[in-house]
Amino acid sequence: MEQWLGSLIKSGKRVVAPVKHDDIVDFAVISSPAQVADDYVQTRLSAKQYVFPKAEVLFSYKKDGKDVTIDDVNTDEFPETVLWKLHPCDVAGLEPLGAIFNWDYKDSLYNARRAKTTLVTFACAASDEYCFCASVGGGPGNTDGSDVQVTMLPDGDALVELISDKGKALLTDDIKGETSSADGIDKEKFIAKVEKKFTVDEIIKKLEGSFSSPIWQEQSDRCLGCGACAYVCPTCACFDIQEDSHLHGGRRVRSWDSCGFSLFTLHTGGYNPRTTQSARWRQRVLHKFSYMPERLHVTGCTGCGRCSRACPVDMNLVEHLTEIASHE
Amino acid sequence: MSKLSEKAAALLSEGTVGLVIGYEQGTHGTRPKFCRKAEDAATLILNDKCLNNIGGYLTKPELIGSGKVAVTATLAVMRTVVQLTAEHQLTDGNVIVLALDGDEVLQMASIDEIKKWLAAHPEDLSDENKALLSKLKALSREERWNFWINEMNKCIKCYACRASCPLCYCNRCIVEVNCPQWIKPWAAPLSNMEWQINRVMHMAGRCVGCGACDRACPVHIPLRLLTISMAGDIKEAFGVASGTGNIDGNVLSSFKPDDKENFIH
Ligand code: SF4
Ligand code: SF4
Ligand code: SF4
Repeated sequence: MEQWLGSLIKSGKRVVAPVKHDDIVDFAVISSPAQVADDYVQTRLSAKQYVFPKAEVLFSYKKDGKDVTIDDVNTDEFPETVLWKLHPCDVAGLEPLGAIFNWDYKDSLYNARRAKTTLVTFACAASDEYCFCASVGGGPGNTDGSDVQVTMLPDGDALVELISDKGKALLTDDIKGETSSADGIDKEKFIAKVEKKFTVDEIIKKLEGSFSSPIWQEQSDRCLGCGACAYVCPTCACFDIQEDSHLHGGRRVRSWDSCGFSLFTLHTGGYNPRTTQSARWRQRVLHKFSYMPERLHVTGCTGCGRCSRACPVDMNLVEHLTEIASHE
Repeated sequence: MSKLSEKAAALLSEGTVGLVIGYEQGTHGTRPKFCRKAEDAATLILNDKCLNNIGGYLTKPELIGSGKVAVTATLAVMRTVVQLTAEHQLTDGNVIVLALDGDEVLQMASIDEIKKWLAAHPEDLSDENKALLSKLKALSREERWNFWINEMNKCIKCYACRASCPLCYCNRCIVEVNCPQWIKPWAAPLSNMEWQINRVMHMAGRCVGCGACDRACPVHIPLRLLTISMAGDIKEAFGVASGTGNIDGNVLSSFKPDDKENFIH
């Protein structure tokens, strides 16, 4: 695997992989296979920043007297990127993200980045109590959306599934000779077991007519209204548009935003339709489990559990969803 | 039921308070718990693993309403109540503080009582923090700058540091003011640095040293090093301990005509 990764790096593609810094594992651009982290359950942030950066320039402009020139972003300059050692739930996040960025307006920046990205997942060897991919239609060995999936075997070998043409194209010549048939290998034996706690259909049903339920306030009393959950989430796509303007030019910048912030829905006229944190918590859950399934035919949650690990006050999503699923 | 749960349940059923804010066991550590009915109080716990600063909820009208509330308090929460009262965000007597003395429950209803308790229970910096701080101070200016730029690179501008801080109660934070835009609101190394410098400057003399900001940061930026250093500087320059409800300590929002510096006259 190291040899393969090494030749991918040498090929000039940008290779992004989980890297450990201090006590956190996060995705970063790597220059050597030795940088790739082992023995962790989940990166802190999702991989969405490589298709939807935390801040990106939409266009820039120059002013010269009355003349204004606008420079679009040159998407040809986006690098070909291999996202290495994603989990299946990272890839699952790209489906809702793609649906949002192509709902009516086709977002050229998102689409250009996505088209230049190849997804290499590693089936999960370990999970923790925050993981619930199996409850939202995924699983630790799920291959949906991956270009390649790798399952590490106990003897150091790896089972490599080449799923798409993009994935097949990733197999470098030097590594082709190192492969043999995978017949008879049962990958389920080597991956984590994640229990199914509820189904998305159950949640969708329970959410119908739940708008005025007291459960939102009960669950969200402690929520602080920060953006941690949304920013680490692989599917949260809300953004803000900001101006970076100077005397002779400027840039328009798109940056992550969160429906958990109290000012998120503040209208220019001063009215705010979501004045309480419970209304904002309800929006978070309904958006992912009601509005997105209804409008985009995709669930807005991959079960990665990042929000719950990142939350300063332990808003544990799988606990809250299990409660919703069993609510009368 | 523990004595603490009994006390909280009694306050609720007698109608003395409409809400008790405390802690319960969470997924790994403890987490805040809101009790509105006597039954809710059964799971309350209070020990040195209670690290969220629940004093921050006391300034949120949507949670508190207009009645009296009780809060189960660690020393950091007590300091918060004292500081928030000094800043006129709480009314002395409206918040009942429940604390533990061994396994006895103490009910404190006035700031003076809380101050007395705090004076008798001073908290010092942990050895770990002392060591980190002296390591940082030993760096050259340039090394220190690089250390912080490197840390600030990680910031995603989620504002969990702000949301978890009980002294960050502004309805509109300086980062949300856009006419003029003081700080660029998107995540970028320099604007992340500007954000933290502003946050900590606003905390000058007010920070109660609870460490909530630091623990809330999802990317583990060691924010406590900033707030602890700031508290040290305030102590040194103004002789006031930060976050003790001494309004002279709010050094960036108090002005004295007889100030010893004369450039501002
Ligand atoms: S759920 Fe947690 S992470 Fe999300 S806004 Fe609330 S306090 Fe912040
Ligand atoms: S700035 Fe001070 S008072 Fe605020 S959360 Fe951090 S340590 Fe606590
Ligand atoms: S909590 Fe951390 S990542 Fe979030 S805004 Fe504060 S410093 Fe930045």
